[in-house]
Amino acid sequence: MSGAATLEAALASGLSTEEFRQIGALLGRPPNPTELGMFSAMWSEHCSYKSSRRHLARFPTESPRVIEGPGENAGAVDIGHGLAAVFKVESHNHPTFIEPFQGAATGVGGILRDIFTMGARPVALMNSLRFGPLSVPKNRALFTGAVAGIANYGNSMGIPTVGGEVFFEDCYSLNPLVNAFALGIAPADRIFRARAEAPGSPIWCVGSKTGRDGIHGASMASAAFDEEAEAKRPTVQVGDPFLEKLLMEACLELMRGDALIAVQDMGAAGLTCSTSEVASRGGAGVEIDLDRVTQRETGMNAYEIMLSESQERMLLVVRSGREAEVTRIFDKWDLDAAPIGKVSSDGLLRVRHQGRLAAEVPCRALTDDAPAFDRPAAQPSWWPSPEVTPADLTEPRDWNAVVRELAGSPELASRRFVYEQYDHMVRSDTVVRPGGDAGVVRIKGRELGIAMTLDGNGRYTARDPRRGGALAVAEACRNLAAVGATPVGATNCLNFGNPERPEIMWEFTEAIAGMTEALDALGVPITGGNVSFYNETEGANIFPTPVVGVVGVLPEAVKRIPQHLSTPGNLLFLAGPEGGDALGASAFLKEHHHRTDGRPPKPDLDAEVRLGAFLRAAGAAGIVASARDLSEGGIAAAAIESLFAPDGSAIGAELRLECRGRLEGTLFGEAPARALLSVRPENGDALHEFGAREGVPLLPVGTAGGDALRILVNSVPTVRLDLDELEDTFKYSLGRLAAG
Amino acid sequence: MARFAVLVFPGTNCEGDVLHAIEAVTGQPAELVWHKEGSLDGFDAAVVPGGFAHGDYLRAGGLARFSPVMEPLIRMAESGRAVVGICNGFQILQEAGLLPGAMLRNESLSYVCRDVRLRVEADSSPLTCGLEPGTTLRMPVGHAEGNFRADDDVLEALEADERVIFRYCDDGGEASEAANPNGSRNNIAGVRNARGNVAALMPHPDRAYEEALGGVDGRRLFESLHRFTES
Repeated sequence: MSGAATLEAALASGLSTEEFRQIGALLGRPPNPTELGMFSAMWSEHCSYKSSRRHLARFPTESPRVIEGPGENAGAVDIGHGLAAVFKVESHNHPTFIEPFQGAATGVGGILRDIFTMGARPVALMNSLRFGPLSVPKNRALFTGAVAGIANYGNSMGIPTVGGEVFFEDCYSLNPLVNAFALGIAPADRIFRARAEAPGSPIWCVGSKTGRDGIHGASMASAAFDEEAEAKRPTVQVGDPFLEKLLMEACLELMRGDALIAVQDMGAAGLTCSTSEVASRGGAGVEIDLDRVTQRETGMNAYEIMLSESQERMLLVVRSGREAEVTRIFDKWDLDAAPIGKVSSDGLLRVRHQGRLAAEVPCRALTDDAPAFDRPAAQPSWWPSPEVTPADLTEPRDWNAVVRELAGSPELASRRFVYEQYDHMVRSDTVVRPGGDAGVVRIKGRELGIAMTLDGNGRYTARDPRRGGALAVAEACRNLAAVGATPVGATNCLNFGNPERPEIMWEFTEAIAGMTEALDALGVPITGGNVSFYNETEGANIFPTPVVGVVGVLPEAVKRIPQHLSTPGNLLFLAGPEGGDALGASAFLKEHHHRTDGRPPKPDLDAEVRLGAFLRAAGAAGIVASARDLSEGGIAAAAIESLFAPDGSAIGAELRLECRGRLEGTLFGEAPARALLSVRPENGDALHEFGAREGVPLLPVGTAGGDALRILVNSVPTVRLDLDELEDTFKYSLGRLAAG
Repeated sequence: MARFAVLVFPGTNCEGDVLHAIEAVTGQPAELVWHKEGSLDGFDAAVVPGGFAHGDYLRAGGLARFSPVMEPLIRMAESGRAVVGICNGFQILQEAGLLPGAMLRNESLSYVCRDVRLRVEADSSPLTCGLEPGTTLRMPVGHAEGNFRADDDVLEALEADERVIFRYCDDGGEASEAANPNGSRNNIAGVRNARGNVAALMPHPDRAYEEALGGVDGRRLFESLHRFTES
């Protein structure tokens, strides 16, 4: 092996003096430069979760439905009919800032590999995005570039993007967030795991050729950015969705047989991560010869081959004697497939290159032995956030103008500019399209539907991380209830700042506590996820932004609750408890008063549980003509969203509200556990029966119909916006803002 | 009984949708045919589905015409049997010279996925033989290159021979600029060949064949195709 690496080299690669010492102790000698590179990637925050592991252990992870919890490539839950839903969300924040199109695109590619690695066919995508304000040209370029990248990858793969969210805040200007979610379906008894067993079994590298792209991606994603971030562009991988489509088809075809022992995708830290993880999960070792790895350029050294993050590659552990099946299937799809080594029994990752030993490291040293910190957490000096009440605010005079302004605001305007760029109909299974509270796909040949949603509110979490964490979970479950689905599992992506700052660790631990309270109350287990720390650029941290993806089941997809008003004369009801003003950290404050302060509303988890049960029961009985959850923008936003259906039809509504105090809270307040429903007049009594049975208050708030959105407050006409005008504002504002 | 072939190129991704739609609408069997196949003997109709054949490398549909299955497909077209393209399938049939014109990038320069309204212009094709001209239908589009272009003289001939079979239109059936999702000339959404047995459209009837999907108008195109094979 080549000479010993120096402490200077270790520090330059992002390791600490103490970590360098630990590596020496684990090896019984100093690492060589290749080994140092492997440790630097595997012990990075991105791969090792060293600052977060102990905190993540607090999440509930068990339920009778959970087949695979955290630790595998993705989580899996039993959805009945002998099927499992396999899903996960993952961040690609840092690459997106450096190169938005490829950064976001490869985020989709990576999460899809996590899903089909498990033997599941991906059937749906979602994404959660955050950017700086669109008034800044650079932010428009990041936003439109990332959306185009996501569209390019997902559309080419033929997997519909059925939901997601996008928000804009100053704090994301230098640090956009791209969190990609994917969901697949597999036979419940055919989930593949990434555990190398049976020493002697051949290990194959399949898919794309290995090149010099993406080296150090994992380390790059584990550090804060400075003004030189753009110089890190070579660390961003370049995606080829066509190759991944072929790789997916080839892998799924191969997985239908029994020639494979294990599959592991190659993402962050490439060959290093995939070989060491697959070996340490199986308690085995791995021997590979880098000369057998197909390469797309000449002269690559061992360090580069081991750390390349070239996309669209997979590591297979094949049953001895079954290699011909691998060759046959990968030949059919015109893909490279080469045996590069075998499983060993000594627990070592042994790497040969050009006839020499290039690295020899215990697999566990790279994975299980990675450091774990209990970083100090400290309550910040600004805590607690002051409450904001209407008394602090100048009262608007022209409510028509305020509602119009909010309908076209970056916070509340329709996201169609985004989701129309995503193919959301391919596979012909999309039952609820994007623009609803949750996306729903059916499964052909069965009645079952799968609902999914991705939610988070960084403003809430910034002002009260515990409430923000709980409200993200609560809103996601409420969104599922609004289509009539029962939540069965959750994944999460925790986007935070620099964990070396105690106030960031406080935000992190508080947010996890809040999420845990809500997950426990709503009975939803976490089956996996991802932590993205170091979302800090030039010393500025993002809002703490936990994003929660919840998956639900609908016994009959066709009985999903519609998301839009359909019939004039239908009655409108507000379901849920009286919520008070609830304007702290609200969309109204941000868009009308240009302030993001105040304390978010107090979660009401009991009420969320009751609302969920009520919506599912009334929905299954077929008496709910439409439903919308109340979240950002309150009842006004829920009403506007209900007016414009994806088939291009529109219908007006007359909201009749009672208001004893100031109107802001009534119209735009964001108190949780509420939904806006429409029902046929003859079903009003039945709805009340369901409400009484489940303990959900119902307030009549108007009727559907007409050619305008009318709002009467205490019987006084207060807002009247013609549908045509409102439609133009609501549907097209975001596109106009993005165009600059 | 009619036998339908649904071609699959590497990168095709709507083969399952078309297969399912044909079986659900016509009750007839459909089979997937891999692009390396050298024969389409025994099939009464072939559908080239949507997706990104060969990754749309070079340009949309640009490489698919070199796939082995294109030879029997062209022979099938020459024999008068039905050959139909949807979305990427339309682009492939253009590249293979079976249909006129070419697709530019959408005027917005972005992929567009949403419901559009179509007006049936002529009933002289396998996709429209059961439809009354003037009928309007709603179904989704999903493409980045659907901006139909042809030289003026080609376009004039297409119009004069009633070879334009679908046009994008508004709710009132007007082929307005606002109703055009991609900048296509004359709002053209679908065309046929001179003989009337090869036809294609950019929108997806294979995504509008059951109420659960938000529309059923696509069924009528598959019903036409079935009828054509029986004529």
